[in-house]
Amino acid sequence: MSFPWANQYKPSNAFTSWLDEKLPLPRFVYNAIGGGYPVPRNLNYAWNFGVLAGFCLVLQIVTGVTLAMHYAANAGVAFDSVEHIMRDVNWGWLMRYGHANGASAFFVVVYIHIFRGFFYSSYKAPREMIWLLGVVIFLLMMATAFMGYVLPWGQMSFWGAKVITGLFSAIPLVGEPLQQWLLGGFAPDDAALNRFYALHFLLPFVIAGVIILHIWALHIPGSSNPTGIEIKTESDTVPFHPYYTAKDGFGLGIFLLIYCAVLFFFPNALGHPDNYIPANPLSTPAHIVPEWYFWPFYAILRAFTADFLFIPAKLMGVLAMFSAILVWFFLPWLDTSPVRSGHFRPLFRKFYWLLVIDVLVLGYCGGSPAETKYVLISQIGATYYFLHFLVILPIVSSIEKPQPLPFSITDHVLGTDAKTVAA
Amino acid sequence: MVRIFGPLVGLFFAAALLWSFGVGVVQQIREPDPSTAVKDFHRDPKEDVAFSFDGPFGKFDNRQLQRGFQVYKEVCSNCHSLKQIAFRNLADLGYNEAEVKAVAKQWGTKAKTFDAKTGEAGERANLPSDHIPAVYYAGTGNPPDLSLITKARHGGAHYVYSLLTGYTTQPAKLLKRYPDSATPDGLYYNPYFSNLNIAMPAPLTTDGQVTYSDGTKATVDQMARDVAAFLTWTAEPKLEKRKQTGWAVLGFLAAATALAYLSKRTIWANLH
Repeated sequence: MSFPWANQYKPSNAFTSWLDEKLPLPRFVYNAIGGGYPVPRNLNYAWNFGVLAGFCLVLQIVTGVTLAMHYAANAGVAFDSVEHIMRDVNWGWLMRYGHANGASAFFVVVYIHIFRGFFYSSYKAPREMIWLLGVVIFLLMMATAFMGYVLPWGQMSFWGAKVITGLFSAIPLVGEPLQQWLLGGFAPDDAALNRFYALHFLLPFVIAGVIILHIWALHIPGSSNPTGIEIKTESDTVPFHPYYTAKDGFGLGIFLLIYCAVLFFFPNALGHPDNYIPANPLSTPAHIVPEWYFWPFYAILRAFTADFLFIPAKLMGVLAMFSAILVWFFLPWLDTSPVRSGHFRPLFRKFYWLLVIDVLVLGYCGGSPAETKYVLISQIGATYYFLHFLVILPIVSSIEKPQPLPFSITDHVLGTDAKTVAA
Repeated sequence: MVRIFGPLVGLFFAAALLWSFGVGVVQQIREPDPSTAVKDFHRDPKEDVAFSFDGPFGKFDNRQLQRGFQVYKEVCSNCHSLKQIAFRNLADLGYNEAEVKAVAKQWGTKAKTFDAKTGEAGERANLPSDHIPAVYYAGTGNPPDLSLITKARHGGAHYVYSLLTGYTTQPAKLLKRYPDSATPDGLYYNPYFSNLNIAMPAPLTTDGQVTYSDGTKATVDQMARDVAAFLTWTAEPKLEKRKQTGWAVLGFLAAATALAYLSKRTIWANLH
């Protein structure tokens, strides 16, 4: 949708006029991320992270394609080819550290983007489709990241691949054949490494495709904003360019400063030392842990230690781990409060911050060795996680009395908010 | 529908989790996790040793790296490979071309050759372009390749230093508390090793075990430091370039971000 007051694209010279008739690409860009897209004037810096996520995808594709030119997906040489990149390829160390830390940066940005969505209920009508596509993107990112981590063929690559594909063996009847089919063998080897490489190269472009749908769906209702109330008049909005291009530019600068500080001074801080040991099928690492961005879900997987109602604990863990993300698909219908923004929902806000702490605790436990104390904490953390989305949110949204909403975005921004309306 | 089935699914998972939790607590009360010798006696690497390459401005000390290389060559290389390193890489340590050639030529293990025409295997002296030949070890244990060892262990250079200087006799307290955990024959007690008992005998035992040409006194402590520094270089030869590039990049980004902030302020000024 475009608001009636949106700026219209005007070709500035003969060439752009000609192009506008044949292929209106400049017009398309102008309407998508230029002066022709009116955006609420009150977006805070939490709204920077969509652009940053897009930047991370581009960063990963550029560094990744460069790495692909020097990497060899063969179990015999994969590990050494990564070291060849680190040592002999000009600026290869920069590409590889940039890519490995780029994956972490991508997940940091996307987690903030998702939790922004949780706080401001960005998933509510009329923006459900944006949210659903976003969850699809997140699932694709997880698959891509998992397969990418296998490629260096270190100890964690190998054993991570073994554990994660082993999850499928928990499925009754077809589990084991399914795992063998996925791996192309009884354990991860050349067949698995090659298919993971092919898919790791393909999926980012699938992600790019879904991102286009995500942004397309965004442009129909337009961006939400921190008050959660809809745009009423022209004064509620500013054109995306130059206002938000400038704001996003500053945000990008801050992001790059942090990312580069990690990349150049602590490039291995987020990785596991064991992945600098070549894969060895005969030697199991003391603690098999995935990359940090999977820790909360890994904690949920490991939290199921006892069979329940004749369902094996392992199967319960697998079901729960996948459900922990699939539950996000149902958020628009679980949270029925008419008010979007957490700023005006006092009860919701408390549970929101409890969820943030809960996920951090789960993450900490997921990265720790599988000792009893961490498992017990994970069990409480995972219990809250499921109760939060599936039980607490529906109840809170029906019993909560929201605070009064401002009359309009303009009133809220300019502080002329004398007249407020009840929700 | 979602509002009916959602809570049911949520309660189902919660019940399963609390069931697991209850079973876990009962087990823990009946039979608490036993403490182990590793849990009680394993030590984290000593962090109080300073290396020249520590910190964001850190640099390698070439003389130290050369000494460390000497320790590797005369001691470690009897059992441990260093396959990611080619002789030509030694130029980074400050050796000139002739010295690199000489090191390659005089290396104990020769390069393997294979004549594709006659099918005959043979040997020749190493060239600067050759990687350091693999070491095959038939004794107890599997000496790991050392190229990446400082990146493959928590604590890095500090771990290597601590391990090399950490050999000791098994504490009487340990034997008293865990009589079954006595170090087996052929293994050696070292609290910095992951399971306390390492197959490698203490490699650096006496001061003056190697003779440094730069006059540095070759104490065990000094040799351990030097070889730990050398193995940091083998694992991360681009460390200096990375840190130097990092400062240039951060400087540029800081300036660009400041400009971005000012332009953002200018553009938004008329709205407030």
